[in-house]
Amino acid sequence: MDLPRGREGVILDLDLPEDVARRLMELGFVPGNTVVPARSAPGGDPRVYRVDGSEVALRRETAVHIRIRDRNDCFSDE
Amino acid sequence: MANICGCELQAHRPEQAPKQPHTHLHRVAIVGPPNSGKSTLFNKLTGLRQKVANYPGVTVEQRTGRIRLAHNREVELIDLPGIYSLDPRSEDERVTHDVLTGRMPGVSRPDAVILILDSTNLSRHLILAAPVLSLGLPTLVVLNMADALREGGGALDTSALAARLGAPVVLASAAKGEGLEPVHEFLNRQFAVPHPVQLPVIQDIPKCRAWASRIGAEASYRAPAPPVWTRRLDAVFLHPLFGPLVFILVVLAVFQTIFVGAEPLMNAVEAAITWSGSEIGRLLPASPVRDLIVEGVWGGVGSVIVFLPQILLLFLFIGILEDSGYLARAALIADRTMAKVGLQGKSFIPLLSAYACAVPAIMATRTIENKRDRIATILIAPFMTCSARLPVYTLFIAAFISEGPFLGPFVGRRTAAMVGLYILGFLAAFATARLLKSSILKSERTPFVLELPPYRRPTLRSLGLRLYDRARIFLRRAGTVILTAVVILWILAHVPLIDGHAPPIEHSAAGTLGRALEPLIAPLGFNWKIGIGLISSLAARETIVGTLGTIYGIQGDESAPGLQAALHRDLTPGGAVALLVFFAFAMQCMSTVAVVRRETGGWKWPVLQFVYMGSLAYLGALAANWIVTAWIS
Repeated sequence: MDLPRGREGVILDLDLPEDVARRLMELGFVPGNTVVPARSAPGGDPRVYRVDGSEVALRRETAVHIRIRDRNDCFSDE
Repeated sequence: MANICGCELQAHRPEQAPKQPHTHLHRVAIVGPPNSGKSTLFNKLTGLRQKVANYPGVTVEQRTGRIRLAHNREVELIDLPGIYSLDPRSEDERVTHDVLTGRMPGVSRPDAVILILDSTNLSRHLILAAPVLSLGLPTLVVLNMADALREGGGALDTSALAARLGAPVVLASAAKGEGLEPVHEFLNRQFAVPHPVQLPVIQDIPKCRAWASRIGAEASYRAPAPPVWTRRLDAVFLHPLFGPLVFILVVLAVFQTIFVGAEPLMNAVEAAITWSGSEIGRLLPASPVRDLIVEGVWGGVGSVIVFLPQILLLFLFIGILEDSGYLARAALIADRTMAKVGLQGKSFIPLLSAYACAVPAIMATRTIENKRDRIATILIAPFMTCSARLPVYTLFIAAFISEGPFLGPFVGRRTAAMVGLYILGFLAAFATARLLKSSILKSERTPFVLELPPYRRPTLRSLGLRLYDRARIFLRRAGTVILTAVVILWILAHVPLIDGHAPPIEHSAAGTLGRALEPLIAPLGFNWKIGIGLISSLAARETIVGTLGTIYGIQGDESAPGLQAALHRDLTPGGAVALLVFFAFAMQCMSTVAVVRRETGGWKWPVLQFVYMGSLAYLGALAANWIVTAWIS
């Protein structure tokens, strides 16, 4: 996942160990759901993601393993 | 099995029929995801009638409370740990699963379940409904945060949802206390098992999520607008520039609270203890028993109780930060820095609390899922300068360092020495973390996953209960561990009796013990009197102040000029600095040892920690004595 802030993406799959993928899915990172990168810690990492009605912070090293499709026709309010 | 809308379904069959379907309740479990307001509901229902214990063999807390119902009946409420699923993967999930299925040894299966979900995030939270309902226990579904749902323009047809789930559904707000009548009704009523409904295969999260969406849509669920205030506040608290600034201000405010805010309260408590001690002394006839009560018990335990206001203020502060949701943002901001020593943002919260006391800090490490990160945090927490070190630091700094400007007119020499000791502890903690994470606790970098709850106004009730809990634990400790240590030491200092009188201190049992220790501690610049102090401070650091008071025959009080002068005469500057360094590093606290044993499930880690910190303290003190002595001469 490498989207600019505020840009919507659709989750395709999670290329992560099973237990990590499961934990992220429980928090809303389910394939098909929309994810929007939001604010971050100073320096840009970790970053908050808006997903399925929640805000979840991930380090970049984890986020890069979440494959998404850029929904580039759709810009969010930020 | 049926297949509807691509979602595999199975007929819902209770795992085991309850003994009698129409019976009174005895035990009811509250289940829900983290941040659903589970504990708020539990606190609202039970108030002060709670007790906390540990489940056998695991570190998960078992919180239970009693509610009085109509006709003098009582029901026991169990607050289970916050979970996202019933998959027994994490320790919390396994405990919840085992309690709900009746497999937890020593805990009988609950008769009913209150499932609490966040109504503002229902589609995701409903996922937990499937495994919980399939347990076949009578279940009430409480959709919490009804006020936030309404304010955000969200809506829901509860009776339609109840029909889909086969269990009663109520909208409520635990924090505001609204909509809780049906909960009491549920607890009072004789009720039946939920209707059989169709639930998804619970192992498959995407399918469960699709099921939850469909059920939500059928109940006309409309999610509320995103929380405007949370976004506005995050625009400041997570701002690239203002965010770190606010973070630093918050940390400084915590320290300001410990040092300045608590002082008048601590002085008041101290005055009350001194006054009541002398009043008690006047009531009793002169005898060794009177001396034991007034000097030993009242003076010794009193010197510890003085810290109560400080600890409570600090916990009030941390409670407000945590309940409001700011601490999750602080953990996010701290993550990068913590990652440098191999830890993660979630270690920040326990380490901040450790500045008050390592015991609650070590309990707060439970939020860290990675076991190795958690143990590393537990092992370094006691290096943080806890409030029990303050009286020792204050006494020795006042006795050996004269007041004078150090950095300009505002930072004096004594302040600089105090700050230096804080930095020393901090550096020891981070160097140790680095050492641990690159050796015995080396782990694959596990992902940092942190849910950021919306900002909420902390409720007075929840803050009050936190403080009540802390005060109770602290006073129990003062009344047991510290009381015992003080009494034993007082007796050792007064035996063997010579002609019915207490012996001079050097001939007492305590003096013999101290002199036996002298060869070991002489290289640090400590004499036998300090040796007795060190032995007594094994129970709790602050005990040394009262002990030295007893030994020098002067009322023990860190601000007492008499004790300062006596120490100044009796110790070299090298020895004094060495003692400060020793206290910065050593693990002189039985409560911490006990809590580390409990939280790590054995003696391995507390013993390692005690030996490591003790060796570091000894070598550090040796070096300090040597350097200071060489520098002075």
